[in-house]
Amino acid sequence: MGDHAVEALLRVGDSCLVLAQRLTAWCGHAPALEEDIALANVALDILGQARGVLTRAGELEGAGRDEDALAYLRDAPDYRNLLLVEQPNGDFGQTMLRQLLFDAWAVELWSAMTASTDPVLAGIAGKAVKESAYHVRHSASWVVRLGDGTDESHRRMAAALELLWPYAGEAFLDDEVDIAAAESGLLPLPSSLLSPYRHRVETVLEQATLAVPPDPWWQRGGRQGSHSEHLSYLLAEMQVVHRAHPGATW
Amino acid sequence: MTVASAVELAWDLLAQVPDPEMPTVSVVELGIAREVDYDGRRLVVTITPTYSGCPAMREIEDDVRSRLAERFDDVEVRTVLSPPWTTDWITPAGRTKLAGSGIAPPGTRLLPMLVEGRPAACPHCGSKAVEELSGFGSTACKALWRCTSCREPFDYVKAH
Repeated sequence: MGDHAVEALLRVGDSCLVLAQRLTAWCGHAPALEEDIALANVALDILGQARGVLTRAGELEGAGRDEDALAYLRDAPDYRNLLLVEQPNGDFGQTMLRQLLFDAWAVELWSAMTASTDPVLAGIAGKAVKESAYHVRHSASWVVRLGDGTDESHRRMAAALELLWPYAGEAFLDDEVDIAAAESGLLPLPSSLLSPYRHRVETVLEQATLAVPPDPWWQRGGRQGSHSEHLSYLLAEMQVVHRAHPGATW
Repeated sequence: MTVASAVELAWDLLAQVPDPEMPTVSVVELGIAREVDYDGRRLVVTITPTYSGCPAMREIEDDVRSRLAERFDDVEVRTVLSPPWTTDWITPAGRTKLAGSGIAPPGTRLLPMLVEGRPAACPHCGSKAVEELSGFGSTACKALWRCTSCREPFDYVKAH
């Protein structure tokens, strides 16, 4: 397993890490205590998934980088996360729509990854798939409740969908890294997850009385290291303590 | 100490390690402690996390190690992910203790991974008239429910 394996794993691990960081910003700010706790719980699960995948990426790389080195000591162009997860939280509805678009992908990804030829990854996926299945139940229920809610909540969800939909497709675009990782049996081919993803998301959007937008030109580049301006601000906040106090422990 | 008696002693010690978040139950009753191996010199204990992001895992590992170090010189604690933890591993004694401390034990799942089940009864009054307040609770493994008979809220260990 070579560079392609590490690169492919960073795409998964970084997507989880960046989303977990985004979600933690809700802690103490969510519209209800239950949702504050829910978002923190979801963030913790996803952070745990990120730790597992990044640790494995570091082991396969063999350059001595652990999860902390990968999380705290890389700059934005070295990150390989989906553009979707670095998008700002917006309002609660926008966060929940982003979460649905992520969770629905994560369920399919982990489910397929349980058959990974790498037993460590299969183990991570075996835990994660149960967690993501629970997460998507939560995010889908909020998208339905807000989409099929008041005029104002519907208007906001429709606006969130218009904003975020162009970022939904990146996760399913294959490149040579993905093809190599799939050929070695490490990860599923991204495009192979699209059909069940589309079915799940469109079902939820229909229940939410939100019109499924036509396929746009999908925004892309995050998985190759070209990010929106949002990521470097997020990383600055996430990394500042570690970089200010290298090697500090408690 | 024979291998068999060492393994038995280790399990006895593990049964005295409480879960940090739900201290009425031990790591054995929760199904977190999975295996004990002793080769006559080194004791290897295998534990598994409940959830990927369970923040208590480091503390559990430290608690397990220090408790076993009381009687064993050479202790290794290994964390394994596979097979993934499930609430099916919570022992009958663990379920009884959870209910006794006001935490509803996990219900039966209809289908693995799809249906999270529901509490069998309110842990306070025993009523079956319960409803979910929130799918997420005070720890990663719990949800928040309430009883519509006695009107008390309660934690529920999600079937997982």
